[in-house]
Amino acid sequence: MMVVYALYGVAALLALAPIAIALGRSPRGSGVIYGASLIVTLTLGMIALLNLFEYSGGVSVVSLPLGLPWLGAHFRIDALAAFFLVVVNLGGAAASLFALGYGQHEDSPQRVLPFYPAYLAAMNLVVMADDAFSFLVSWEFMSLTSWALVIAHHQLRENLRAGYVYLLMASFGTLALLLAFGLLAGSDGNYAFDAIRATHASGGLAALVLILVLVGAGSKAGVVPLHAWLPLAHPAAPSHVSALMSGVMTKVAVYGFVRIVFDLLGPPDWWWSMVVLGVGGITAVMGVLYALMQHDLKRLLAYHTVENIGIIYIGLGLALAFKAHDMPLAAALALTAGLLHVFNHSIFKSLLFFGAGAVLNATGERDMEHLGGLIHRMPQTAFVFLVGCVAISALPPLNGFVSEWLTFQAILLSPQLPSWGLKFLVPAVGALLALSAALAAACFVKAFGVTFLGRARTPAAAGARETDTNSLAAMFFLAALCLVAGILPGFFIDALAPVTKSLVGISMPHQAGVEWLSIVPIAESRSSYNGLLVFIFIVFSGTFAAFAIHRLASDKLRRGPAWDCGYPDPNPATQYTASSFAQPIRRVYGTSVFLAREIGEMPAPGSTLPARLTVELRDLIWDAAYAPVAAGVGYATEKLNSLQFLTIRQYLSLVFAALVLLLLVLAIWP
Amino acid sequence: MRGLSFDIAHMLAGSLVLVSFMQLYQDRLYALLNIYALHALILAMSVAWQAFVQDAPHLYLTAVIALVFKAIVIPTALHKIIVKLGIHREIETVVGVGPAMLLGMGLVALSMVVMLRVTAKADPLAREDLAFALSVVLLGLLMMVTRRNAVSQVIGFMSLENGLVLAATGAKGMPLVVEISVAFSVLIAFIVIGIFLFRIRERFDTVDVQALDRFRGERR
Repeated sequence: MMVVYALYGVAALLALAPIAIALGRSPRGSGVIYGASLIVTLTLGMIALLNLFEYSGGVSVVSLPLGLPWLGAHFRIDALAAFFLVVVNLGGAAASLFALGYGQHEDSPQRVLPFYPAYLAAMNLVVMADDAFSFLVSWEFMSLTSWALVIAHHQLRENLRAGYVYLLMASFGTLALLLAFGLLAGSDGNYAFDAIRATHASGGLAALVLILVLVGAGSKAGVVPLHAWLPLAHPAAPSHVSALMSGVMTKVAVYGFVRIVFDLLGPPDWWWSMVVLGVGGITAVMGVLYALMQHDLKRLLAYHTVENIGIIYIGLGLALAFKAHDMPLAAALALTAGLLHVFNHSIFKSLLFFGAGAVLNATGERDMEHLGGLIHRMPQTAFVFLVGCVAISALPPLNGFVSEWLTFQAILLSPQLPSWGLKFLVPAVGALLALSAALAAACFVKAFGVTFLGRARTPAAAGARETDTNSLAAMFFLAALCLVAGILPGFFIDALAPVTKSLVGISMPHQAGVEWLSIVPIAESRSSYNGLLVFIFIVFSGTFAAFAIHRLASDKLRRGPAWDCGYPDPNPATQYTASSFAQPIRRVYGTSVFLAREIGEMPAPGSTLPARLTVELRDLIWDAAYAPVAAGVGYATEKLNSLQFLTIRQYLSLVFAALVLLLLVLAIWP
Repeated sequence: MRGLSFDIAHMLAGSLVLVSFMQLYQDRLYALLNIYALHALILAMSVAWQAFVQDAPHLYLTAVIALVFKAIVIPTALHKIIVKLGIHREIETVVGVGPAMLLGMGLVALSMVVMLRVTAKADPLAREDLAFALSVVLLGLLMMVTRRNAVSQVIGFMSLENGLVLAATGAKGMPLVVEISVAFSVLIAFIVIGIFLFRIRERFDTVDVQALDRFRGERR
């Protein structure tokens, strides 16, 4: 029954799209559409939550007479779908609330409003789909609506390019998924998930499906080396849509991967996990290295999405490894870690994109080198952005730490794995994960420090104003959720129990009953974590330190000029920049990964020209994987161009030859 | 009765293929047109025989349509067009008669091999019919490819369509609507192509489709 209500919600969202076309240009249109989207997504989220908590082996199924006539459209909410519906609609509700304020400043709302509710509806449909046809249609609908949102600000050439690259990659990914489903359905064309679940694909076929799904869902999630579109497209959209794309749509892609690999594909082979783990580890490190080289705030956040997808894939890969070796408890731990990170990342990435949107709105700048000192102008935004930065850097007591800690706990179980390949690979992946976590912290010190601290580098940043109440409400809500999920993780882990139970057959031990609200993933003797105690300790020590400083020391507040190292220069451009912050890391990793070169240009003595330091970076993945493909396609089109200029008779001959050839194949085929 | 009906259907369909071969080596337009009329007449007979064998009265209608339109109206109209255009003396083939016939024989063999293998379990009457129909279709296409004159390409197209009708009537239970719509589509195609012929002629003083290519600036 729940799925029917959920479909009503989706229908309501779809109905909002034409209304938005009608209201597009009116001044109150955005308020109406975003308000309605907020209400509907909240309702959908509630339905999903109810479904997740009342789960008792039963699932909610409905079949509609749409789509393929012999198949119909099947929709289903089970525990996995319910969890991802919560993620989708929580992100959707937060984005709608944020957009109630942010959308007022949109200069062409008629390009955003109609696609926004349709995009939300599409993401809900993907998660609920229960046959390959509905899944792929919803998936493609999601791609197209988000593409329309990416090119909403089409006046900028780079946005159009981003849209083009995105469209290509999305089609490529859907093609891979289409082939994967084709293989899964087999020759009788049974596209309903129930039928696919009943027939397990054999070894070679299952491996092929795994690779195709890794490519298809991975290209949407942003797995290296299929990530190229993501840092282009996510920042190009309006900020609340960027938050949805980064925070939610990549999770829908993860859902597609989990649904197919864990649910539909049958029991895993042990080497599958090697592939997934390797991809996850490389994605995590490459994502954060790319992010460090960026000084566009939104693009930096988009690259961090790549990193976090890598972390999620590491969790999923571990779960596959443990599942293949029949270690269900460890598999449940790893899967919980991955899924919890899905939830956590959707929260703090939305929060950070909202913050970036608020900054963009207040200053018109995305480049961090043009910002600075915003903590004085936008104190509340700065505070929530800081919370988001701490959460994504995986520092206790916030939520990012919990899921990464759980992932490490699962990694520490790897010596029990029987296969030597995994015994060696998993610690290496653990090292990559640790490296990416450390680099992520460095990156967010840079992002927060350069954007909000110091002095304003441009007049735009100096004249920034605090953002509006609705946007702040959305950000504070997400920040509070980051804190709650960080200090009371046990409840969130327990909520995931039905999901892990349905996918690996067992769930993690019940956490809510542990004393002092700790979490104990395996055994008390091994490891436990108590976010609440850490939080209380931080609050107490912080309060005490503040008390000690302000009461026991002098309470006279005096503001003076910042220490200028003895060079009294009023120009804020002399401050530490984002590039200078990243320089040590660029020198260590960038020279090999990006072939980074620093070119110093010193003018001749006596010349009044300024000295210049130029940094050149090359994207080797683009050069190695994308440029040859583009060149190949260009070459082929050049060669095939003459086909456009044949005579009528030659065209007829071509058709004729093709027909005869096909008949010959049919005749010779055994 | 069973044996006889099969033999007659077989004979009619076989003669349709034979007439298709005759079309291939006609290099005069009038002769080609007459052969086409014969082609359509045999098709009408074949369809009528199928109607009788299958006890399907609506197929008689199809036979009448084939007879009236394809054997009488279209050839007469094309005849007039040829007279109007003054091209009855034109001789035009791209591939010589010998190679064209050899190619045609290859195609018939191919369609036999394919159809007899694919429809191993079907009713033998329908099976032979389908094999012949595919041969007629392929021969029609071959004719379109090997001719340079627009009128003979039209005739190739029409005989191709005859093959389709043969296939459609050979299979039991093909609804009348399909046949009628096919017949109409051919009629419309004929009208459109006829108009185009005149337009081409008006502009280029010839119906040799090479003129179009020359006009586009193609080198041959």
